[in-house]
Amino acid sequence: MTGLVGALVEAWDELRLHRLRVLLALIGVAAAVMAITAVTAAVQMLTQGYTESAERAMGRQVTLTVDAWRMSEQAAPATELDATYDRVLARYGITWASRDWYTSVPFRFPDGTSRVEVRAVDPALGTMQRVGVDQGRWFTDTDATAYAPVVVVNEAFLERLGAGGLEAHPTVLLGDETPVRAVVVGVTAPRWPGEEPAAMVLYEQLVRWYTPADDGWGQAVPSLKVWVPPDVVDDLAPRLRRDVAAVLPGWEVQVYDNRDLGSGALEGAARWVALGVGAFALLLGGLGLVNIALVTVRHRIREIGIRRSFGATSGRIFFGVLMESVVATAVAGLVGVVLAVAVIKNIPVDTLFGGGIQDRPPFPVSAALVGMACATGVGALAGVIPATVAVRVKVIDAIRY
Amino acid sequence: MSLLELTDVTRSVRLPDDRVLEILRGVTLAVDTGEHVAVVGRSGTGKSTLLNILGLLDAPTDGEYLLEGVPIGRLSARERTRRRGRDFGFVFQQFNLLPGRTALENVAAPLMYAPGRQFWRRRTLAAQMLERVGLGDRLDTMPEKLSGGEQQRVAIARALVRGPRVILADEPTGALDVETGQEVMGLLDEIASLTGAALVTITHDLAVAARAQRHYRLAEGVLVPVDLGGAGHEWVGDVPTLPGARRLPQVPGGVAGVPELSRPVPARTEQ
Repeated sequence: MTGLVGALVEAWDELRLHRLRVLLALIGVAAAVMAITAVTAAVQMLTQGYTESAERAMGRQVTLTVDAWRMSEQAAPATELDATYDRVLARYGITWASRDWYTSVPFRFPDGTSRVEVRAVDPALGTMQRVGVDQGRWFTDTDATAYAPVVVVNEAFLERLGAGGLEAHPTVLLGDETPVRAVVVGVTAPRWPGEEPAAMVLYEQLVRWYTPADDGWGQAVPSLKVWVPPDVVDDLAPRLRRDVAAVLPGWEVQVYDNRDLGSGALEGAARWVALGVGAFALLLGGLGLVNIALVTVRHRIREIGIRRSFGATSGRIFFGVLMESVVATAVAGLVGVVLAVAVIKNIPVDTLFGGGIQDRPPFPVSAALVGMACATGVGALAGVIPATVAVRVKVIDAIRY
Repeated sequence: MSLLELTDVTRSVRLPDDRVLEILRGVTLAVDTGEHVAVVGRSGTGKSTLLNILGLLDAPTDGEYLLEGVPIGRLSARERTRRRGRDFGFVFQQFNLLPGRTALENVAAPLMYAPGRQFWRRRTLAAQMLERVGLGDRLDTMPEKLSGGEQQRVAIARALVRGPRVILADEPTGALDVETGQEVMGLLDEIASLTGAALVTITHDLAVAARAQRHYRLAEGVLVPVDLGGAGHEWVGDVPTLPGARRLPQVPGGVAGVPELSRPVPARTEQ
């Protein structure tokens, strides 16, 4: 016990004594560890940004979309669709689901009435497709039973409405002949510059307050989106298609999933490149360390001899010199990891990923551990050569050195 | 049983031209607890080699070395190292203080290799020892800021901090002026006698050697007892002698001439 503590104390003393030399030797190691750790973390963040961006468009992994459309006028009426969806959700115990209906609805703006692209959804879609709300809030379950419809609009819509923000609780008339006053409860983050006014409304409320003109048997009907675990997709998808088609004669039903987003390849390649570059930098840092450690040991030959006269065994001398290198690189590794954390935490994510990252990944502990392990490993390897030189010193010659 | 006992010890080395150089020849020496023994001799006569063998830094080529009755050949390398740290304290001519360390850190250095309480209390013990050598107010001073005499005191404190049974002093006053040398030797004597440690001093300074109870001369690797009890000895050739004495002829293959001693060599106290 005292041997181990003693070796560590000696190593620390030696580093303290030669801090400038150690500092210079370790800059390379610290930089390499920082590179490895920071790039590993950045790759994770990049992957997360890419994934979230894809999930905003196509839903989380794995989202199944059930699309149905009438093939003829003789087909079952569209009013059957909601009940059909409810049945399949209940049958398979699916909890994350939303209808998704793209349509257009007339709104009365200060400059007149115009039809606006509207997406009628259920509250769950906010989570399923990471709908970002910059101001106000997203829909809640209780909104469906409210006396007045609520809408979540984009900034272009709010601007056309002439409302500066949500502080004044803006409202808008929805519908044409018998309009209803809807309350704007949220504003979504802009997706691209020059967006046209658009709104999202709860499906339940839209069908209650607004009846679109009958465009015949070919008009768009809501699709159903379900968020399910990846391992059930292959089994569930055909069942959904079969079950929905079975109760809707004359309808064409398609079910597709969003598994082919393909972020895995990007993540894997970037990680290997990062690790390769980091390992090379670490190797260079380690060589510098070996060089300086060897020179230092030669300068310390007399001291080693004196320590041997105090009763230091060759094992202790070996371990002591080795530990100097290990302790030094461990400290350098720690510095590298701290720098990497500082860099990663201050990356302007919003600038890089447009809408920003909703689930910003925490700094990966694995990256920090890999960085520390690499630093310590390089320290041990770099320490073996000078430690061997130190042990081979003849005590008598060393004292007279 | 003596504390240290060399019997007919030889130390030789093979030179690059394959000749064998005998540094020590048939050395026999016994040192008991609390004794002060001095070995005098010119440079290159094997004094340091003798001290290295006594301090387990080197091993005899031939002959026997008993440490408390145990042949050192029977001890493992690890055990020899352990006993060197525990039982021996070294005082070197050039002080050999560790650079960049304060006086306190230098004195505490041997305790880094001590077990248990000594290790954990190393700073306290080092401070106490520096207090004993009169440097209680210089604990945090770097060696280069100390005078030669003070540096040697630090070295003495360092040699004594683990409570060794034998102090081996290799030319302890070699780098000091006469007055400071006497002062340092007085301190070494005093502390050695207080702690009961045996003191083996190797020196070419006859005045320093004269402080010992027993004196030996090492010439051409051969150790012979001499008496330096009388003051005023000086070197003539390879031997210490009285002022004005003529150099005695060398005995071929044997011991160089030993001057007539003013009094008999005191008998070593056997235990």
